[in-house]
Amino acid sequence: MRFMNVFRENGRTRHHRRVALLVGLLAWGGTMPAGAAEHEALSIGITQFPATLNPNIDVMAAKSYVLGMTLRPFTVYDAEWKLACLLCTELPSIANGLAIPVDLPDGKKGVDLTYTIRPDAQWADGVPVTTADVRFTYEVGRDPQSGISNAELYRRIRAIDIKDEKTFTLHVDKLTFDYAAIQDFMLLPAHIEREAFAAPAEYRLRTRYNTDPTNPGLYNGPYRVAEFVAGSHILLEPNPHWAGPPGHFRRITVRAIENTAALEANLLSGTIDMIAGELGLPLDEGLAFAKRHGEAFQIVYKPGLVYEHIDLNLAHPVLADRRVREALILGLDREAISQSLFAGRQPVAATFVNPLDLGYTADTPRYRHDPVRAAELLDALGWSKGGDGLRRNAQGQKLSFELMTTAGNRSRELVEQVLQSQWRRIGVDIRIKNEPARVMFGETLPHRRFDMAMYAWISSPENVPRSILHSSEIPSAANGFVGQNATGFTSPEMDRLIDALEIELDPTARKALWAEAQRLYAAELPSLPLYFRSDVFILPKWLTGVRPTGNQSPTTLWITDWSAQP
Amino acid sequence: MIRFAAIRLVEIIAMLALMSFVIYALIGLMPGDPIDLMRSADPRMSAADAARLKALYGLDQPLLLRYAGWARQALAGDLGYSRLFAAPVWGALLPRLGNSLLLMVPSFVLAFTIALGLGTLAARHPRSRLDGAVNLFCFAGISMPTFWLALILILVFAAGFGWLPASGIATAGSSDIADRLRHLVMPVTTLTLVSAASYTRYVRSAMREALAQDHIRTARAKGASEARVVVHHALRSALVPVTTILALSFGGLVSGALVTETMFAYPGMGKLIFDAVMGNDYNLALAALLLATVVTMVANLVADLAYAWLDPRVSYR
Repeated sequence: MRFMNVFRENGRTRHHRRVALLVGLLAWGGTMPAGAAEHEALSIGITQFPATLNPNIDVMAAKSYVLGMTLRPFTVYDAEWKLACLLCTELPSIANGLAIPVDLPDGKKGVDLTYTIRPDAQWADGVPVTTADVRFTYEVGRDPQSGISNAELYRRIRAIDIKDEKTFTLHVDKLTFDYAAIQDFMLLPAHIEREAFAAPAEYRLRTRYNTDPTNPGLYNGPYRVAEFVAGSHILLEPNPHWAGPPGHFRRITVRAIENTAALEANLLSGTIDMIAGELGLPLDEGLAFAKRHGEAFQIVYKPGLVYEHIDLNLAHPVLADRRVREALILGLDREAISQSLFAGRQPVAATFVNPLDLGYTADTPRYRHDPVRAAELLDALGWSKGGDGLRRNAQGQKLSFELMTTAGNRSRELVEQVLQSQWRRIGVDIRIKNEPARVMFGETLPHRRFDMAMYAWISSPENVPRSILHSSEIPSAANGFVGQNATGFTSPEMDRLIDALEIELDPTARKALWAEAQRLYAAELPSLPLYFRSDVFILPKWLTGVRPTGNQSPTTLWITDWSAQP
Repeated sequence: MIRFAAIRLVEIIAMLALMSFVIYALIGLMPGDPIDLMRSADPRMSAADAARLKALYGLDQPLLLRYAGWARQALAGDLGYSRLFAAPVWGALLPRLGNSLLLMVPSFVLAFTIALGLGTLAARHPRSRLDGAVNLFCFAGISMPTFWLALILILVFAAGFGWLPASGIATAGSSDIADRLRHLVMPVTTLTLVSAASYTRYVRSAMREALAQDHIRTARAKGASEARVVVHHALRSALVPVTTILALSFGGLVSGALVTETMFAYPGMGKLIFDAVMGNDYNLALAALLLATVVTMVANLVADLAYAWLDPRVSYR
C-alpha cells in the first residue's frame, strides 16, 4: 500500500516508526466497514468522475460505469463474452429472419436488422421507451454537429424504418460478422432531449444530461441519478418505473477519489464499501492491499482485454529485421515478470487476442525465455558481445534502443527496469525515456518518433485489429497522423485477413481467419506481447452477484444481480 | 495615493491581457489533445470521428486564431463553455470556487491566527523552551509532505476512530450544514497546519526585529504596559513584512490546494485548474488562472496601500 511506502521512505527516526505502528494498528482496527450491518445502501469508490452523463458524448470509463446502472443499451457483451440483448427482446440473426442480407446499389452487401424494444421498458419519469426515441437518437447520431464521439454506427445506418411503437428496422450499409451488435446506439429520450437538440451545434452544450442530470426522464435502467455533485459523487436511487427484477440497494453512491492511497483509506474507514475493478487500484497496489487486508474483503482478479505490449518501430533500421525482434522476445522472461511483479495474476500474452476471446487460438509460435537462442540470433546477424557485455556490429555501432512508456505509471516503470536488465543480459542496451501519456499518445506515437514503446491496446470481444495492424492505418503526414498502426507494420496478408474477417459470417471460417492473423502476428512480431492486464475488484464480504466481465461492459450492467448476503 | 492606485490598476489590466496570451499559448503548445486521448480509450472510435470532433471543438485551428476568437468573446463578457465539465465556464467555476473558499478562508484565518500567537510568543522569549517548541512545530509543518499529513489524518480520524468522514464535501443526499462542516475538518486542519508553520516563521522573525527597535525601548521607558508595547507598537510594525507574504498568499484562496483536494477528494479550484490545463480546456483554465492572477494582484495593491497605514513613514505620491 502506498502509505506504507511513505513510511519506509520517511520513517528513519524512531518517532516515525512509532507513528507508523500507531497508524498501522488503527488502520488494521478500521477494516470493518462502518454501517456494514445495514446493507441497504452501497457506496462505490472509483478513481474518475464523468464529465458528462450523455451516453453518446465523450468516452469515459467512469461514465460507462454509472450508466451501466441507469441506462440500458440495446446489446452488450456479457461475462461469457457473448452478445446479449438488454433493451431489445431478441438478437437479430439470419437464422431467425430478423437480419436480412441485402444487395446494395453499389454492389456491396448490406443488412436489414429488426429489433423490438422490451414492451415494459420505461424512462424513470414513466414515459414508455418507444421507437420515437430510436428515430430521435438516429437523428442526433447522424448530425455531424451534435458532438457524438463514436458516430461510426450512425454513419453505417442508411435508414430506419419504424414498424410500430416498439419495433424498428435498421438498414445498415455493410454486412459484418458482428452485425447484431449495436451497443453504440445508446438511446436518448426524445421527450426530454428534443428541445436541447433544436440547434444541433449547441446540443453538446445543452443536453439535459449536463444541464439537468437528475431529471428522471433521462434514465431507463434499474436506477436513476438522484444527486449529481460534480467532481465528488453521484447518488443513485431505484427507478420507480423499472419493470425488470428490482435492485437490492435503496441507494447507491458512486464516489470519485482519484488518489489510490486515499481510495484505500476511504475503504478502510468505511466511507466506501468497495473499490470498482474497472476504475480502481492498479494490480500492484491491489496485491499489496490484499496482503494487508485481504481477509476482511473479497478480492477478485479478472484478466481482461487490456493488452500490454511493446510496439517496435519497424522504420528503425535494426528493428526492421525480424530476427532482431525474435531475439528481443527470446531475451525476455515474461513469465518471471508476471510471477514476481504481479503474483502471476496477469497472464502472459502470446498475441493481441485474449484466450477468452472466441477468435483465440493456442496454435501460434510461442517464445519462451531462451537467452542462448537470442544470443545465437544476434551473433549470426553480426552483433557481437564486447568486453562491456554489450553488442556491437562491425562498424562499432552499439545494439541500443530507446524504450519509453507513460511517465508516472509505477507498474510500467517497474516492468521497464526489469526489461532493461533482462535485455542487458543478452547484450542489448536499453535507454529509458518516458513521457507523459498525452505527449506519448498525442505526439510521439502518431509521429512514430520512438524505438520501443510500452503501452496497452484496449480492445473488445472479436475486435478486428484494423486500426492497429492494417497498412492503411499507419500514421503519416498524408493522413494527418491519425492512424494507430504506430509500428508501421505492412503485410498484404494481414490486410487481406483483416478485410476478410470483418465480413465473414461463418464462425468456423472466421475462427480460421483469426488463427491465421494471430500466427502471422506472432511470427512477424511487429510488437512484443507482454500480458493481459488484470482488474482488481475489492468487495465487501457481504456483497454477492458481482461478475467481472473482463471486456468493456462494466459489471454495473448487471446491478440487479448484486445483493447482500444475510 | 489615488494616482498610485490608478496606475497600478492599469498595470493589472495590461498584465491580465499578457497573462491570458501566455497561458493560452502554454496550454496550446502542449503536445496532444483530448480527442487523441479519447480515441486511445475507445477501440471503436474512427479517425473520421477524431477529425470531426477536432473541427467541432476548434482544435484544428491555428493557436493564434483560437486565441483571437477567445479574446473577442471574453471582451464581450462571454467566457465560453468548459468542454471538460460540460457546462458554461462560470457554471463549472462558481461551485468549485465556493468549495475552495469554504476550505481556504477558514484555514487561512486559522493559520494566520495561530501564527500571530505562536510567532509573537516565540519572539518574546527567544531561545527559550517555548521558542524551541514553536521552531519544532514550524520545521515539522514546513517539511512534512501535505499528502502524508492528509493520509495520516484520514487513517487516524476516519479509518481508526471513525470520527470524521474520509473524503468528499458532504454525505450523498445530505444537505445538513453540520455534515458539511464535518467534511471540512480534516482538509482545513491539513492546510492550517502546513500554512501556520510557515507563517509563524515570518511572524516570529518580524516580531523579533520589531521588538529590538528603538521606539519599543522608548515605549517601555515611558511606562507602557507589555501588552500595549507588543500589540500596539511591535505587532503593527512587524505586520509590514508579514502583509507582503499574506498578500502573495491571497491568490491561493481562489486557486485552491491541489494536493489537499486530491487526497480528500474535495472538488475545489486546485483540482479544477489541474484538470483544465491537462485536458486542454482553454476556456476554463484561462478563466480560473486569470481569476487567481487578478486576486493576487489586487491583494498586492491592497497590501501596498496598507503599508501606508501600518507604517507612517510610507507614503504614495
